[in-house]
Amino acid sequence: MADIQVEEKSRGGKKKPKKGDARVDMTPMVDLMSLLITFFMLTAAFSKPKVMEIVLPEKIRKNEKVEPPKIAESRTLNIILGPDDKVFWYPGKADPDVTVLQETDFSANGIRKVLLDRNRALFRKIDQFEKDVIAGKIDIKQDSMRSAISQLKKDDDTGPIVLIKAYKTAKYKNFVDIIDEMSIVGIARYTFTEMDWIEEGLVAKAIGAKPETASRSAQ
Amino acid sequence: MPKIKLGTKSPRIDMTPMVDLFTLLLTFFILTATFRPQESAPVDVPFSVSEKPIMDANVMTVLIAKDNRIFFNVDNGPDTILKFRPKILAEMGKRYNIEFTDEELRLFEKTGTSVGVPIQDMKAYLALKNTDDKIAMETGVPIDSTDNQLALWILFSRQINPAVQTMIKGDADVPFPVVREVLDILQDKNVNRFNLITSLRAVEVTEEQIGEE
Repeated sequence: MADIQVEEKSRGGKKKPKKGDARVDMTPMVDLMSLLITFFMLTAAFSKPKVMEIVLPEKIRKNEKVEPPKIAESRTLNIILGPDDKVFWYPGKADPDVTVLQETDFSANGIRKVLLDRNRALFRKIDQFEKDVIAGKIDIKQDSMRSAISQLKKDDDTGPIVLIKAYKTAKYKNFVDIIDEMSIVGIARYTFTEMDWIEEGLVAKAIGAKPETASRSAQ
Repeated sequence: MPKIKLGTKSPRIDMTPMVDLFTLLLTFFILTATFRPQESAPVDVPFSVSEKPIMDANVMTVLIAKDNRIFFNVDNGPDTILKFRPKILAEMGKRYNIEFTDEELRLFEKTGTSVGVPIQDMKAYLALKNTDDKIAMETGVPIDSTDNQLALWILFSRQINPAVQTMIKGDADVPFPVVREVLDILQDKNVNRFNLITSLRAVEVTEEQIGEE
């Protein structure tokens, strides 16, 4: 394919260059370019990682005399992240004698159903609002849509107040998953708190005493 | 029967359009390529439904690797003249009575990799040329209460660049107490807003799930 023609000396003295056809062989250039393209294509990161924003309540320092905010017991839902991707939950306030931890998981019929059952009113409202926007019934800008939804959440006074706690053997993944569930179900109020000793005991019992309860029910 | 004479010249394909196209593609890929400094430890981030894209500038990242080592990274901000990284390192050095030379500060600025060594080892770390040697040295930033260097990195980063936002990039399988400890350190420094780095996963709540009473 080499195209640069070598002149042959012909007819003695005068050189007569061939007209036209001064082509350059492009094959090596194409080779190199395909290599470079392949390289850049393979190294290109198309999907940028996403971030999930969380805001935790400010810490109450030891020397500050601030009472933690009081919340209604009837609306409280406690979620405890357990080991092996298990989730425990119980409503209201923990009582070492009465409270029984319910065990569930992160599947669609697990903790999401529990949360959705309690948050149905607000979830419907948000869902309806989004549908109306898509259908064009409500004319609203993208930015104000988000604030409108957070206003809906703020006005909500029937949904649960979720307290998330993590047992010491929980994984970071579980933490992200549960916050995820909050945003999927549209929980208006949730926060992250430390476990108290009652709950520690309940979880330890729930994990450790599994075979015992099984044998008891078999009797 | 007369023989059909075949041309002796080899058939030639005009490659100009192909070259044109390749050049365009190449330019596109070169321009869109973002060269991120290599992370010292592999981190598999968990999945979430969040669709907020990651911020490009004014971020400090706390990295929690699989083996619970902590790394810290901070960028130079959108304006490269500001040079936050060397300033933060100089502040850290001042606190620990370590004098960093201009060359070392420049080196720290240039390599955008995260900090994974105690500040006492930083001089030796910066002097190393080989990446493998560097990785071998990375024991993580100390976070215990007697020598909480992560807290100081966070403090100085926020002093020097008040607009900095916090990102946490944790491995999915890191035990939660380690993450809790990092969150506690951040909250002690009055950082209450975090961005957890995740990768996208789509989740839909079906009609019937809403309808179930």
